[in-house]
Amino acid sequence: MTTPVTAAETTLQAGILVPGEAVRADALVLTAPISFWGGVNPQTGLIADVRHPQHGVSISGRVLCLPGTIGSSSAAAVLLELVYAGLAPAALILHEPDAILLLGLIVARELGHTVPLALQLDRVEFPRFAGRMLFIDADGHIAVEGDPA
Amino acid sequence: MALVLTEEERAIASGNSGEGAAMAMRIVAETARLMGAPRLLPIASAHIDGALYHGDSGTLFAERLVDGGARVQVRATLNVGSLDLTGCSKNRLGKHERAMARRMMDAYRKLGCEPTWTCAPYQAGHRPAFASDVAWGESNAVVFCNSVLGARTNRYGDFLDIACAIAGRAPDYGLHRPENRRARIVFDISAIDSAFLASEVAWPILGNLFGRSAGDAVGVVAGAAVHPDEDALKAFGAASASSGAVGLFHVAGVTPEAPDLAAALHGCDPEEIIHVTSDMLAETRRRLSTVADVTAIDAVAIGSPHLSIAEFDRLEALIAGRQLAVPLYACTGRHALNVLDEAGRRRKLEDCGVVIVADTCVVVTPILPEKPDAVLMTNSGKFAHYAPGNTGYGVIYGSLAECVESAVAGRPVFMKAVA
Repeated sequence: MTTPVTAAETTLQAGILVPGEAVRADALVLTAPISFWGGVNPQTGLIADVRHPQHGVSISGRVLCLPGTIGSSSAAAVLLELVYAGLAPAALILHEPDAILLLGLIVARELGHTVPLALQLDRVEFPRFAGRMLFIDADGHIAVEGDPA
Repeated sequence: MALVLTEEERAIASGNSGEGAAMAMRIVAETARLMGAPRLLPIASAHIDGALYHGDSGTLFAERLVDGGARVQVRATLNVGSLDLTGCSKNRLGKHERAMARRMMDAYRKLGCEPTWTCAPYQAGHRPAFASDVAWGESNAVVFCNSVLGARTNRYGDFLDIACAIAGRAPDYGLHRPENRRARIVFDISAIDSAFLASEVAWPILGNLFGRSAGDAVGVVAGAAVHPDEDALKAFGAASASSGAVGLFHVAGVTPEAPDLAAALHGCDPEEIIHVTSDMLAETRRRLSTVADVTAIDAVAIGSPHLSIAEFDRLEALIAGRQLAVPLYACTGRHALNVLDEAGRRRKLEDCGVVIVADTCVVVTPILPEKPDAVLMTNSGKFAHYAPGNTGYGVIYGSLAECVESAVAGRPVFMKAVA
């Protein structure tokens, strides 16, 4: 289903990496790349890497904007575990596709879970999302809503 | 270029060979689509890293494949699990985690994988042919397979490794393509003297530096006055693939795709030349330790990657029947354990205070006792990298001889500064 986004102040078109349902959630823009394995706690959804600038922040239920990923081969296992525990982000926006991470969503879908939408968008667009509510439709249109939180 | 599947692949993905095979084929095809691969390639073998327990969902995934009637279509060896099924060592996992880890290991066996439970499958009889395409997981196994054997694999991770083994296929991209195996970085070690290069610590230290310098780029080590043997290449690869994302390296005059420097570069100019100095190696060696000035150690751990029989030979010669003051955890696979057991060697090592750890290792599952401010000594660049985060132990890096002397004394003992 495509929802009109005319009311929003900005809309962008992102590429669809893994399809999913439309979502409305606040954006979490990471300012440094992250390794999901060792970097995100699959039992809590909190960023666990003490060296990461967003250490201690929850990624659950948010539009997670990833400027880059550090490709641990177990990243997919952590993302699947987050989906399984109901702690996954509401959607993911990646600067570039990361097969090892997105495999977590592909496998979750195969296991019958509802999976978050994963999109590809140039990270230069990310700063405008910080602290804002985003509406993303199933075709990958991103609308930035409201005032900065 | 859009992905094109063959008629047979489409039929398998739609369930003609059962739901387990269909799920595996869909996972491989979806990954190929994400990475822009134009087609799938047949593979000759797989090494599966997915049987390590990270949470219940991984166990349920493997059991779904079993329930769907899936079987691996190619030879598939298993990397370490979370449990030592041989009973040589004990771990502190809770009851639920232990049960789920066991179910996971059982599920992978039911899929037809070989219970090798080792991160050194290449020393347990699994050595794919030069230039063959394979799907291997576990970073040190991947880098050894590509670099030392010359077989072709990307860095396969959880789920994709077993999906490829069941599909008998892998996405055609990355290191499967000969043009992507060209070295772009030259790691020039001609200024490093041969006495250091002949020492045991040389190659893990060089590997750590190489990984931090190269990241995920392919590089070639040039100007080596002393050529590394197989265990040195194994230590170099493991260290490089833990400090960086190295999937393939060449050593000019040593590894099969690098009969000389020009061949490794495919006749092109390098994009970067790193001139390695002894100061850089001394700094790298310091970085491998996270604690200094300690008067006691709590344990020694060796065997990442898993120890070969040649490495056990050296360990026994160094211990020479002496009693250790702190436990020395020696991680290995059944391929070596069987040889030790046949000759009664395991018992002798255990009598000295060695704890053999088989099927798993001390950084992937809680085997080391929980202890505040504990200190671990190791000769492994990979253990040195992962132990602080995964075990809570501070790390001191040293050679195998220094590790053994320290285990006997219960405090750090260093022979002489090498780098």
